[in-house]
Amino acid sequence: MEHGAFADWRMTAPAIHLAGVLQGAKATLIDLFDITLPGGEWSVLLGPSGVGKTSLLRLLAGLPCAARLHGQITAEDGAHLAPRVTMMAQDDQLLPWAGALENVTIAARLRGERPDPKRAEALLAEVGLGSEADRRPAELSAGQRQRVALARTLYEGRDIVLLDEPFSALDVVTRHQMQGLAARLLAGRTVVLITHDPAEALRLANHAWIVARRGISPCALPSPPPPRRIDAPDTLAAQADLLRRMGLTFPDKAA
Amino acid sequence: MPFTGHRVWRGAVSFGLAVAVWQLVVTLSGVPRFILPGPWLVLQALGANATLLWQNALWSAGNLALGLGVGVFLGIETALLLTLSRHARWLLRPMLVVAQAVPVFALAPVITLWLGYGMPSKIVTIALVTYFPIASSLFDRLMALPPGLGDLSRLAGASRWRETLLLRLPHAVPGLISGLRLAVVYGPLAVLIGEWVGSSRGLGHLMLMANGRGQTAMMFAALMVLAALSLMLWVIVEALARWAARRFYT
Repeated sequence: MEHGAFADWRMTAPAIHLAGVLQGAKATLIDLFDITLPGGEWSVLLGPSGVGKTSLLRLLAGLPCAARLHGQITAEDGAHLAPRVTMMAQDDQLLPWAGALENVTIAARLRGERPDPKRAEALLAEVGLGSEADRRPAELSAGQRQRVALARTLYEGRDIVLLDEPFSALDVVTRHQMQGLAARLLAGRTVVLITHDPAEALRLANHAWIVARRGISPCALPSPPPPRRIDAPDTLAAQADLLRRMGLTFPDKAA
Repeated sequence: MPFTGHRVWRGAVSFGLAVAVWQLVVTLSGVPRFILPGPWLVLQALGANATLLWQNALWSAGNLALGLGVGVFLGIETALLLTLSRHARWLLRPMLVVAQAVPVFALAPVITLWLGYGMPSKIVTIALVTYFPIASSLFDRLMALPPGLGDLSRLAGASRWRETLLLRLPHAVPGLISGLRLAVVYGPLAVLIGEWVGSSRGLGHLMLMANGRGQTAMMFAALMVLAALSLMLWVIVEALARWAARRFYT
């Protein structure tokens, strides 16, 4: 391997145990749940907007959050979660005044570490932006900005990666490409993706759950491993099934 | 298209029109020259007193540059200190807020009383008047880090110091620029007021003298020189703003 061994993450990326009740300011957001997100694989939490998925992810990351968890979040190997976590959000969170390369190394510089431009360049090349290292975010497309954010996430070398709908603002083709790229480059880490899009869940998940107010319940997934073809018949059938479970009725009665 | 052309041309037309209206008002109303001199008389006064105006303008500009320098420097330091230290914030933030509502110009007589008629009282007045807009507009922006960047900093485990240096400060550059924009408007005013309150040199002093002797054209000439000085500062800040826009928030 050129930089870092993927095998290392497979060995160390821990499973995460989430249990309790997620309490909002006024009401319960998610009632009693108890799930284990397996180590080294993609776990997808699927649910409508406003259900508390982002709060859950922020709690996982140790970030400030309006909701409170009465329960616990633990790594199965017993070590602290916070220093092993990195996150990618829907908003790319890039520094508008810095070039792509500087954006990739920002976290290291924030910690006072000497940045490694060679490694950052290699990661930019890996996400397909090898010749874009000096470009500012404003000079990049939305898809390219998320690629920079992905390279920044990879640069951190953490074994738990939290994805907060990072592809949902992208156009459909770009989103598909980004999903494939993320699936390849994050393989072997414990990835937690939250999304409201069943198609995305089916494309990327090793394991998936539906998040609702009454709790978090597991979903059955088609047998081929992710990233799955979105046009495969069993993927499409599973998608219809998930939509039904999220409250849609067929044929559409709304019209 | 009638309204096109270079901005210098546009400026010339715009000001030419203003001067023409000025002359027209003077000619048509027949006001005496010690009430409102026409532009031509002002120009004559400007030419006749060029050396005097130049020497006093240099004095005022020197005070202005020093006062602005001190005010901007202390303003930036204060904003940074308040950003970095929670205790400093607790103690000093109310003062920064209240100072916005107090006309700091009103302190000029007191400052002159304490520091005399010379340069120090002018520098302190200018510094004081420019300090607050710089400090507060930079500080507001330093404290308004976008939540996404705050998450980034927290996930990285950054210290407050590095977060300020690498994220908050570049993000706050527009705040500094808007503070500077205010400072270069207040600065020349502070020079004038400082010199009106008590001084033996400078454009404000010249204006008082000219006023006392009924040399209204001379008063206008001094005013023109001060306006030119302000305009120069404005041009510098606008150039800085354009550079900052390219560098920090394209």
